[in-house]
Amino acid sequence: MPRLSRMFIKAGMLYLVAAFTLSFWVVARAPLGLPGWLSAFQPVLAHLFVVGWITQLIIGIAWWMFPKITKDNPRGDVRFAWIIFALLNIGLLLRLAAEPLVTLYPDAPLGWALIASAICQLLAGWGVVILLWPRVKER
Amino acid sequence: MPVLSTWMVRAALLSLGFGFALGAWMLTAKAIPFDPTYRRLLAPHIEVLLFGWLLQLAVGVALWILPRFEKPPKYGRIRLAWTGFFLLNTGIACVVIGSYVGGPSHPLALAGHVFELAAVLLLAIFLWPRVKPFMG
Repeated sequence: MPRLSRMFIKAGMLYLVAAFTLSFWVVARAPLGLPGWLSAFQPVLAHLFVVGWITQLIIGIAWWMFPKITKDNPRGDVRFAWIIFALLNIGLLLRLAAEPLVTLYPDAPLGWALIASAICQLLAGWGVVILLWPRVKER
Repeated sequence: MPVLSTWMVRAALLSLGFGFALGAWMLTAKAIPFDPTYRRLLAPHIEVLLFGWLLQLAVGVALWILPRFEKPPKYGRIRLAWTGFFLLNTGIACVVIGSYVGGPSHPLALAGHVFELAAVLLLAIFLWPRVKPFMG
């Protein structure tokens, strides 16, 4: 399995554990009398599961197993793929940090972090399309 | 990878790009209030990523990877799957437009759900016999 696939899959597993941990605290907040700010993490949870875990797992497996382009260039541009990995994770982590803070402190000047997160994830998403498109072919 | 798998996986990739674009729009609108109606994009965002991206990719890859039949047609009743593919994407488009224009109960969105139901039925019927031992 290529190194980049291992990174995507392991990052995905970390997000899965983080998502389950966080969702426990969010759900347990009321019955355990925990602080109200925990519920500000609610919107981020779905993205930890769907983007952090499932999507990264898929990208990692696809990078490894989809049909090769050519013998000389089997998987495409590896540096571009690493940039996508970085953008996706920076975007998601920025969101994880900024979105609850924006919910809790709407007047705090944190909008830039949400915009940066949106740009990073958008570039990563279309990067995945460009990266995997030539690998989707008949064998 | 069979031809239909390439269509489904490419449609899934385009859905990923489109779904992320909708998400980026909403996140930006949350930061800078330039679009007060951005929440209307939430249902289309979920629809495109859940069914257009994840479901379609899973079915496209399953069609390719699941055990084939020894005798032709080796992939099974492929016309069922093609019909399912068209119905699924038509359904997603209808739900996206309908729920954006008039909410989840808009007639177009409801029609889209009917198309999606028909699509998943056909795809399940198509894939069912492929779930078998390799030499079975």
